[in-house]
Amino acid sequence: MTVLALQAADQPTRRPPAALRASEIDAWFGSHQVLADVSLAFDPYHVTALIGPSGCGKSTFLRTLNRMHELVPTAQLSGTIELDGVDIYRDGLAVMEVRRRIGMVFQKPNPFPAMNIFDNVLSGTKLSGQAVADKKGLVEQSLQRAGLWAEVKDRLRVPGGSLSGGQQQRLCIARALAVQPEVLLMDEPCSALDPSSTRRIEETIKEISSEVTVVIVTHNMQQAQRVSGRCAFFLASEGQPGHIVESGPTDKLFEDPEDPRTMDYVHGRFG
Amino acid sequence: MTVQQASPLRSAAIRPGSSGPSRRGGRLRLRGWSRTDVLELAAALLGSFSLTWLVYEELTTLSGGFGFFVCWFFAFLVTYWAMVRNRLGAAAAGDRLAAATVAGVGLLLVAGLAAILVYVGVNGYRALRPTFFTKDQYGVGPFAKATAGGGLAAIVGTVEQVGLATLISLPLGVATAVFLSAVRGRIARPVRLLTDAMSGIPSILTGLFVYAVLIYSHLLPESGFAVSLALTISMLPTVTRTSEVVLRVVPGDLREASYALGGTEWRTVRRILLPTARNGLITAGILGVARVVGEAAPAIIDAGGSPKVNYNPFKGQQENLPLMIYDNIRTFVVADHVRAWTAALVLVFMVLALFVTARAIAQAGPAGTRRPMLRALNRKGTS
Repeated sequence: MTVLALQAADQPTRRPPAALRASEIDAWFGSHQVLADVSLAFDPYHVTALIGPSGCGKSTFLRTLNRMHELVPTAQLSGTIELDGVDIYRDGLAVMEVRRRIGMVFQKPNPFPAMNIFDNVLSGTKLSGQAVADKKGLVEQSLQRAGLWAEVKDRLRVPGGSLSGGQQQRLCIARALAVQPEVLLMDEPCSALDPSSTRRIEETIKEISSEVTVVIVTHNMQQAQRVSGRCAFFLASEGQPGHIVESGPTDKLFEDPEDPRTMDYVHGRFG
Repeated sequence: MTVQQASPLRSAAIRPGSSGPSRRGGRLRLRGWSRTDVLELAAALLGSFSLTWLVYEELTTLSGGFGFFVCWFFAFLVTYWAMVRNRLGAAAAGDRLAAATVAGVGLLLVAGLAAILVYVGVNGYRALRPTFFTKDQYGVGPFAKATAGGGLAAIVGTVEQVGLATLISLPLGVATAVFLSAVRGRIARPVRLLTDAMSGIPSILTGLFVYAVLIYSHLLPESGFAVSLALTISMLPTVTRTSEVVLRVVPGDLREASYALGGTEWRTVRRILLPTARNGLITAGILGVARVVGEAAPAIIDAGGSPKVNYNPFKGQQENLPLMIYDNIRTFVVADHVRAWTAALVLVFMVLALFVTARAIAQAGPAGTRRPMLRALNRKGTS
């Protein structure tokens, strides 16, 4: 027991997955409204998939969840987003702290080219100023969780860019996990990857969903069905901001949706 | 089977540009030069040379080496084009013509550079002795041999002045570049405009500026450091603009990734932006040094020059290599001229050594990744 406690003190503290709740989100770029009245709750221990045609605001919504939205100079927002009941936009939480607790994996794998695999995994702890006592342990643990350890354990000192695309993406997942986030946002993480790499990432998502709350944007209906427990369908009709048409358990959304537009979309009849 | 000769595929139209494919053991060689190609090139060179000789030297009253080479080059292009066209057709001839033109211009450029180096080398080598690096010109009279004394005062001056200028302008220039490319405040545009305008200031003006503002008002004595400040003004625009371009090339998604991990702006710049652009920033520093290392004017105005070595850049008159060249080339003494060439040779090689060192540092790769050589060694060890 004491050993475990000591280990926990050495590493950045691992918190249980957190609940994330977005209420009545509107978002603008300049005067152009891209999201209208989006409310969605993300439960811990669940993978939530955001689906919908291109340009319907899924990615924008995802980026409001960890305050990446505001990196665009003209971006504006209304509504509230609560992480375990605390509003991440208003309650005096530092932006950096919000982003550390709510991690993100991007569409294109983007390991830092000036760093080797080892340093890439640790980069988040350095960038956010966390002290790490057992670096090797954290690197191994993070790579294990991302399902990459076995492939790279003998060459941790080679540049991250020398890995294959799928491995790079899993390295990015390991990097995101190393700062011990409570929520992990994934913006089409497999769209640049081949089917077998996609399969590995999906396995990884399933494994980490017991430790972090996962939100994934995907254009791939089968992927949404395979990995997610809950699902939200976004749509932006002509000239209108994006909104949620329907959300609920993935099985229900795919087999017995309430809205005919959802039915059409998930069965590939438009979009 | 005599497919080779008879095949319509051997027509010129489908051949890839640089040379005709030649079969050897059934394998089609798509690139490389066949014997015919080489002979053709040699014949074109020789033929055009003879033609130019006949017209230029014998039939007309033209003369002069440079004009001859220009005429020979154009005669060669025409001859070569005609020969290739005759054998392979118009498309291949156009392709070869373009290749020959580009190669010729490239050769001309390299030849020019090589000529400068060789000329400086041959002239400077005569008085180059080890003592050039250990003795100064103090007490060397006008009737002394070219090998008397040495350039120590000038070498020390150049190293200290350019070194100090680099120490000041590299951090300042890179910081400005970070501001211009990453932070992008409201005043970024005027700053960029000012930087561009500064790049056109002649060094004699920066030297005078430092003299008027700092030395004349007794804020600073005549010294190598005053020269450094003048050089810094010239160096800053080069370093800043080059760094800015280099930093702009760093993909924006790396910065996003850093922010998404909870990175602050400062840590993102220090740990992601600058290391990623490292090689380019080294180049920016080199270009900055290259910009000022040959400047004599600031040394004349702000340090006065000195035949005696002065190791202290903050006090007293100081020499540097361009100033030594300038002073020695202006006298009527042949030994002085030779000494100037030697100083020029040393200056060229100091710059060359700096470039090679900087390239080596850039090649070594970012800290933490294995050096290419080590990696090769390891591979050898494991296999």
